[in-house]
Amino acid sequence: MIFVTVGSDIPFNRLLKAVDGWARDNKRRDVFAQIGRGGWEPGFIPFATMLEPAEFRERLSACRLVVGHAGMGTILSALQCSKPILVMPRRGPLGETRNDHQMDTARQLQAMGRVNVAFDETELFDHLDRMEELLPKEPIAPFAEPELIRTLHDFIHHRTRQ
Amino acid sequence: MISTTALMSGKRPKVLAISSGGGHWIQLLRLRPAFEGCKVVYATVKDGYRVDVGEEADFRVIRNANRWSKTDLIRSALGIIALILSVRPDVVITTGAAPGYFAVRIGKLLGARVVWLDSVANAGELSMSGRKAGSFVDLWLTQWPHLARDKGPACHGSVL
Repeated sequence: MIFVTVGSDIPFNRLLKAVDGWARDNKRRDVFAQIGRGGWEPGFIPFATMLEPAEFRERLSACRLVVGHAGMGTILSALQCSKPILVMPRRGPLGETRNDHQMDTARQLQAMGRVNVAFDETELFDHLDRMEELLPKEPIAPFAEPELIRTLHDFIHHRTRQ
Repeated sequence: MISTTALMSGKRPKVLAISSGGGHWIQLLRLRPAFEGCKVVYATVKDGYRVDVGEEADFRVIRNANRWSKTDLIRSALGIIALILSVRPDVVITTGAAPGYFAVRIGKLLGARVVWLDSVANAGELSMSGRKAGSFVDLWLTQWPHLARDKGPACHGSVL
């Protein structure tokens, strides 16, 4: 399965229309999307507006590839499950989110080798056509970096670090 | 002060770990080892997230808000005032967004020590709430080294 998720707050029609069209053209019956509230509804691929956290996790752990917006909920969920992830950032200028921060997130995490990025629909189709090349990235640790954990722990217990 | 009393009496510090949903919540969960030895109250915007912390954890649901709806913002803020008055945390930690901002603001007013950890999503600039929180939080953190400043947020690693 390909699991498509665009978060829950704001629709991301550009991504959904692209994936829906791709699935129809390629007769792919193995695509499912969580589309969020108030957006365009796909005509070909099955979808849910919102999944409860438990079902979201089930869909995620069963899929072969996660396709999503460049939101950290989507990205961290995929990384924690060691799933390959392909993101298309929402664009501020297109009204898909309040600013262009998803472009920054996508660029930085791509540079760190954490995610595959499609910056537009053409790149998205290219990646989807060659999806067997999208492999899981190195699994991430279950928790934050030790230095961050230590910093917070020391702060809570009134110890300051130099 | 609550925290000094707690320390002197050898009690475990009480931490309120609070955020909105989605990525903010997942990032908050990835900080859990930092709360070892503490009494932790988790608060977020959906009851469905309870499974993430387990049945035995102290888990509260708060009303979500974003800055586009004034009514929601006010309701969310009132709920958070009630939450903080009932929990009386020594420390409030948040990864954002709007509910987290209210929690550190109100927590600070009510005598807690407060931490803002800006979301890892903000890789190009600090979030707007993150910038505002900087003026009063006790520990102000970004997750990106290139956004750390001498008089601005510090970077001590990320949730990744």
